[in-house]
Amino acid sequence: MPGFKTHSGSAAVLDRNHVDTDQIIPKQFLKKIDKAGYGEYLFFDWRYHSDGTENKDFELNSKETKEATILVTGKNFGCGSSREHAPWALKDYGFQVIIAESFADIFFNNCVKNGILPIRLSKGEIQNLQSENSETLIRTLRVDLEKQLVESETGEVFHFEFDPYWKKMLLNGWDEISVTLQQEALIKKYEDERIVN
Amino acid sequence: MSKTIIDKLWDRHIVVEEENKPDLLYIDLHLIHEVTSPQAFAGLREKNRTVRRPDLCFATMDHNIPTVDRFNIKDETSRLQVQTLEKNCEEFGIQLEGLNSEQQGIVHVIGPELGLTLPGKTIVCGDSHTSTHGAFGALSFGIGTSEVEHVLATQTLWQNKPKQMNVKIEGELGFGVTAKDVILWFIAKYGTNVGTGYIIEFSGSTVRNFSMEERMTLCNMSIEAGAKASVVSPDEVTFSYISGKRYAPKNQEFLESCKRWSELASDENARFDQRIEIDASEIEPMVTWGTTPSMCLPISGMIPAEENSSSIEEKQSLRNALHYMGFRGHEQIEDISVQHVFIGSCTNSRLSDLIQASKVVEGRKVHPEVRAIVVPGSQTVKKEAEILGLHQIFLDAGFEWRESGCSMCLGMNDDIVPEGERCASTSNRNFAGRQGKGARTHLVSPIMAAAAALKGKFTDVRSILPKTEQEVDHYAGV
Repeated sequence: MPGFKTHSGSAAVLDRNHVDTDQIIPKQFLKKIDKAGYGEYLFFDWRYHSDGTENKDFELNSKETKEATILVTGKNFGCGSSREHAPWALKDYGFQVIIAESFADIFFNNCVKNGILPIRLSKGEIQNLQSENSETLIRTLRVDLEKQLVESETGEVFHFEFDPYWKKMLLNGWDEISVTLQQEALIKKYEDERIVN
Repeated sequence: MSKTIIDKLWDRHIVVEEENKPDLLYIDLHLIHEVTSPQAFAGLREKNRTVRRPDLCFATMDHNIPTVDRFNIKDETSRLQVQTLEKNCEEFGIQLEGLNSEQQGIVHVIGPELGLTLPGKTIVCGDSHTSTHGAFGALSFGIGTSEVEHVLATQTLWQNKPKQMNVKIEGELGFGVTAKDVILWFIAKYGTNVGTGYIIEFSGSTVRNFSMEERMTLCNMSIEAGAKASVVSPDEVTFSYISGKRYAPKNQEFLESCKRWSELASDENARFDQRIEIDASEIEPMVTWGTTPSMCLPISGMIPAEENSSSIEEKQSLRNALHYMGFRGHEQIEDISVQHVFIGSCTNSRLSDLIQASKVVEGRKVHPEVRAIVVPGSQTVKKEAEILGLHQIFLDAGFEWRESGCSMCLGMNDDIVPEGERCASTSNRNFAGRQGKGARTHLVSPIMAAAAALKGKFTDVRSILPKTEQEVDHYAGV
């Protein structure tokens, strides 16, 4: 996986709380056995009407937000199922950064493992990122993982917290299993010495 | 130093502990199903890796499979996913209880009933409702597919230790109030993210008096409160449930295990980051009315209207939920009619759930406009229920009696609720589209679902339940 250092792009604003993984990718699309091609099913029931036509009212369906590579949203994003198909869909669609007031735990981990940067900012900070011109689009945001900063188009800068270990993993794009396998001797030792249960 | 059960479980599984790093935890049991595992096995193959401890893995198929004519999976992609699991388990030497196994069932039902789920273990599965196994005093949580691959390859996971919350539930539950109502009430009161970043220990006299199946229902839905995991300290109830289970320790080894397991309970004065106390007597039979589990009211309740909301944000989410659910606001819960009833899922498909529901149904008929199904959690539950004659009670009343699986909880098979129709469901999530595009889900306990099936609308099960003293005890879960 390539490392994540900085990213600049436009952001789509999905001003909703508690967006669950059933909304991010509905269950009928969980039947594949590979990781590719989930982007077309992202937010499927919001993006499309029952007859398959596009829902023009959905925030991500405007011409401008379709180009967005950053998603800005509310509280408890990604709650519900553990399906990693959710970050696979977000990434395949083109999102590389998600900024939210808070994330569900499993979803947060799933993002990091797929090279998507999940950033927690306060409600006030998120509001300050948004311009007065559009409720659904932020033209440019700049994200720097090394410095843990988000810079708005007006030059305002916000700091975000990030776990140092996962930061290093993301920055370097390291394969986590390879890293863990370096601890093989300790895993073996644990297995040999432990009392079962 | 005093320790909580969470501290003890955590400490006993640390393989690597370094500063500024998550702990590397050893995983004792890895449960696997067909939906979240294929990409993990493919990842191993791609990198030429093996499964480190196939003997600590255990697989079944539950999400995709039909509950009628079960060997005939019509949907091609579902069939491929099931076949892929079979191939992967064979190639990597993992025990699989497949469609033709008498032990097949929902992964969170069969783990406990086979004695694989034991106190003191760390248990993971690519499924958020892995929280269920915490009922035994195991550290048990759902993971994504990357972590499934990581556990397959290393039998470990890097984890930051979450904060700890004690939820103490004291007192006797009222007549007709179940463990399902307790967890729905908790989420209704404290919200779907009260547990985010926490592991919860459920304690108190109410929890002590719960059977293992009731504790499983409670822990199952702690993920709906956002918790990383939840646990109940093991006690005599736990040990007596485990005793004699197929893969549980036997004889002297069992007695020694019980002694060790008894030591897991939280020490007195152990420190929690947060404490919540609940008076069980306040809880009533609950029904969700919206699109998150916190949108939930007692059966006597009235659905809120937009003008009741205090903020713009709340107004917006209320408007969306009311619109999706086909309400205007101010409807009485008891006036909501249902077209479907689903008794099943990893939350409420165990034998005691079916026994309780059958008592409501016995000698009565399902409302003519309701399609009602019972989906036992496992083949074992199905067989035991049939020995008790429960299937006949349900069939006589007009329920369908199905084969085991996840079924209508998430409708990955053919068991879906049509657009715009309502389902009284004993499952765990009422998200938009969960049971089918446009389907309207109302989460309830098994006895409330049974009552709704008879009346064709939500009804206070307490007005139907027989009130003999013995049965009062039974329904109170004593």
